[in-house]
Amino acid sequence: MKINMSYGSGGVQTSNLIHDIFLKHFNNSILNRLEDSAVLNVSGKIAYTTDSFVVTPMFFKGGDIGKLAVCGTVNDLTMMGAIPKYLTCGFILEEGTEIETVERIAESMARAAKEAKVKIVAGDTKVIEGKGGVYINTSGIGEIAVNGVSVSACKEGDAILLSGNLGEHHAAIMSERMGIQNEISSDCAPLTGILNKFIKEGIKVHFMRDVTRGGLATILNEITDSSNCGVEIEETALPISNEIRGFCDILGLDPLYMANEGKMIAVVPGKQAEKALEAMRSSVYGKNAAIIGRITEGKSVTMKTTLQGTRRIDVLYGEGLPRIC
Amino acid sequence: MKTLEQIKDELKNYDGRPVKIMEVCGTHTGSIFKHGLRCLLSPKIQLISGPGCPVCVTNAAYIDKLVDYSLQEGHCVLTFGDMMKVKGSHMSLTEAKALGGKVDILYSPLSAVKLAMDNPGTQFIFAAVGFETTTPIYALIMDELIKNNIHNLRLLTSVKTIIPALEFICENEKEIDAFLCPGHVSVIIGSDAYDSLSKKYHKPCVIAGFEGEHILGAVYEIISQIKHQSFSVKNLYTSVVSGEGNIKAQELVNQYFEVVDDDWREIGVIPGSALRLKKDYEKYDAGSLLEAYVSVGPKCCRCSDVILGRIQPVECPLFSKVCSPLNAIGPCMVSVEGACGIWYKNRG
Repeated sequence: MKINMSYGSGGVQTSNLIHDIFLKHFNNSILNRLEDSAVLNVSGKIAYTTDSFVVTPMFFKGGDIGKLAVCGTVNDLTMMGAIPKYLTCGFILEEGTEIETVERIAESMARAAKEAKVKIVAGDTKVIEGKGGVYINTSGIGEIAVNGVSVSACKEGDAILLSGNLGEHHAAIMSERMGIQNEISSDCAPLTGILNKFIKEGIKVHFMRDVTRGGLATILNEITDSSNCGVEIEETALPISNEIRGFCDILGLDPLYMANEGKMIAVVPGKQAEKALEAMRSSVYGKNAAIIGRITEGKSVTMKTTLQGTRRIDVLYGEGLPRIC
Repeated sequence: MKTLEQIKDELKNYDGRPVKIMEVCGTHTGSIFKHGLRCLLSPKIQLISGPGCPVCVTNAAYIDKLVDYSLQEGHCVLTFGDMMKVKGSHMSLTEAKALGGKVDILYSPLSAVKLAMDNPGTQFIFAAVGFETTTPIYALIMDELIKNNIHNLRLLTSVKTIIPALEFICENEKEIDAFLCPGHVSVIIGSDAYDSLSKKYHKPCVIAGFEGEHILGAVYEIISQIKHQSFSVKNLYTSVVSGEGNIKAQELVNQYFEVVDDDWREIGVIPGSALRLKKDYEKYDAGSLLEAYVSVGPKCCRCSDVILGRIQPVECPLFSKVCSPLNAIGPCMVSVEGACGIWYKNRG
């Protein structure tokens, strides 16, 4: 069965879609009421964010658009020191989408939400003309557990930690698009576990950011733009797998500019660097974590290369596309 | 044999005559910055960019023709990503697409054949751009087109060859002392291809891979040759480059392509510097022989002086003032392998 325009009409087929797929998988007492708005219990300060997901292909090694839609918003909340509590979810379905595909995506979202300990409490479905594409918007609310997490809190002498290998989501998506057979999987994952470890260990985290579009290089430049500090990283410290190195060499891509969906950087006081590293590494998604550099005086992002040369790291300009030769 | 530390030490403290080494290939330029090699060399060793970026040397008329095809009813241009942003006389393929032109970015050249088979109602034009590295793939595409009797995919070629370009530089640019020869191209043409060039012009030609150590080793070899006044071809990339090159690839290319003169963007016609489909395969050619060469570049842009090694990118009056990756005036700022773009991203 395929989605057609009547599934977005608000009539019986819309109702069937909601009951047979979304309520079945997202099942919770707030959503099940099917009121015009979800009524929520939150305490204290909240973080609130929204993001849209339009990835092609919808299913890829290591994840799918549904898992991405949950993890992306969960991670945006987490990076502000918030424990994610509630998500909303808007689907835009193109005519011709298999209903089975929608169900697979909903199942995947439910699994990711369960892992991240968030409830999907409200939603919306629209159907548009097209060729079977699916687009998802998620918004999320989290309760602030760590105050003052901000790029402006970075200080000279702070350590920069990266929670794992670079480039995996980007390379997995490109491999699918190019039909390249390899073992590279997307790293798509919720990162709240690392925040919980930081809280438990009393780490005074100054800044966190998930490494998504624009890659590590773009985040490091955001630090220098907004904090009046410089950044120096060490090439030898960067966790990059051999598979990703090979993939990048062939296509002329740079792991520093590639997107991840389950990696973060954390800037912590220099004195707490080792303790924060242990905390990261003790989390499921932080096993390959490393201290990759430090906050310095000045205003530029530089990398000490393996050969002890110096390379300036600039922001990403345009899209990273494979080269001719 | 010297250790890496000894080589680094000697290159940092080199105090002989000033030496200008041209890295022919844009990928080498990128690697030099990526590995932070400039600060490891004595100020007397200057590394300068060469003509080995396909996007930078493809003339404007060729891009104009691609743009025209993209806007023609029932046509679709297939291209690699880095050709999208470079302007022809009027616009780029990106701009043509925004006007409703049909342009698809290919991730794998052979997928063009599948696209043509799956869409018989569309006339596909493949932007076959590059150097000797990519030409064998275009020959493979020709094999597939003939084998499968496909007539809705044609090649618009702008395939350059590197040795005539280096000869042109040797004849016209007297300050270049040596060449860091391109690794990828050399896999196909072989190290012997540089022999006559090195002998005739007394220049070290050293082939290297793209790791920092490879490039430092090549610079060290060049400096040693200059010190001893003995100039030759040295292949430091023996794991993939042989003396004779890839014979099978050369035979495949020779089956479909012939040598012709061609225009290099803003440089002019270099004799025997390109490959074009032979007459026998004319029906697969989308009009690669351009009636008139058009080399009208943006005013004040000095991209051609950059790729001939006359100036460094920062010496162009437009560099970082009006020309930047987000507002690229010349092709060397657009391309991922273009010297100006690489210098801009590593400025400071």
